[in-house]
Amino acid sequence: MKVTVFVRPKAGILDPQGEAVGGSLRTLGFAVGGARVGRLVDLEVDATTADEARFQVEQMCEQLLANPLIESFEIEIEREAAA
Amino acid sequence: MNIRPKVAVLVFPGSNDDRDAVWALGALGADAKLVWHADEGLPRDTGAVVLPGGFSYGDYLRCGAIARSASIMGAVHAFAATGGPVLGICNGFQILCEAGLLPGVLRRNRDLNFVCRDVAIRVERGDSLLTHRCEPGQMLTIPVKHGEGSWYADEELYAELEAAGQLVLRYAEDCNGSVGDVAGVCDEARNVFGLMPHPEHAVDPLLGSGDGALLLAALVDAARNRVLAGSASS
Repeated sequence: MKVTVFVRPKAGILDPQGEAVGGSLRTLGFAVGGARVGRLVDLEVDATTADEARFQVEQMCEQLLANPLIESFEIEIEREAAA
Repeated sequence: MNIRPKVAVLVFPGSNDDRDAVWALGALGADAKLVWHADEGLPRDTGAVVLPGGFSYGDYLRCGAIARSASIMGAVHAFAATGGPVLGICNGFQILCEAGLLPGVLRRNRDLNFVCRDVAIRVERGDSLLTHRCEPGQMLTIPVKHGEGSWYADEELYAELEAAGQLVLRYAEDCNGSVGDVAGVCDEARNVFGLMPHPEHAVDPLLGSGDGALLLAALVDAARNRVLAGSASS
């Protein structure tokens, strides 16, 4: 099952990388108020149901993919294309 | 008894201050040994463990995040749980935070600079096994070299650590945006330490500063005490 994890710097946590990217976009002439830079992880998970996949990926996020002190995560499970 | 206690210096793929640490600890009276990350156990009679600086696993995901699940880390957890002295320097500090052995986390430096210079560090607590050769308030000159050394804890955790005396070292200047200018912390049991500055690069005045020797020699003292206590009890 294909699962995508979005890891973001938590709201209120300083994100110097995002600030640098925002500044660079403004230098290029874009009207950008703010930018935050996170991380995207595509996973192929061995699971039969979406609930099972979600449970497994939550564990992965807590143990490795995100650091709960500074990062939040969001899990997106890809719907099988309707036949 | 003046024995040379064994100090295990862990080597991860991408560690690069491991040999400096072995040299410095050896000069300060330890029998320092490199220990490979894939090993399951620490050498017999290990008196202290050092996680050196570097860029373990290329800093993939987050600094220290991959190394913390290396095989050897099980033995490090067990060693720390029995009061064994553990010191993480720079990337080693990042690994110990990711492993949950130390509080907080190291983030990218606030101003995005890779900071590489001597910094002034204030010893906040002289009553820890890492700082017992220093006076509280003593200033040390030790180099830093890191891009992700901005230590972070939220307000609640920071207040807790401050009250418990776990914030043992502070920068005397704003170095990287660390909360409270914290440069080094210890765990609740006060036997696991982490700091971003590199004491192993400051053990000889000829190379700029000898102040790092105060911290590392204190670690060697702790390693010796542990080995002697172990041999007395067996």
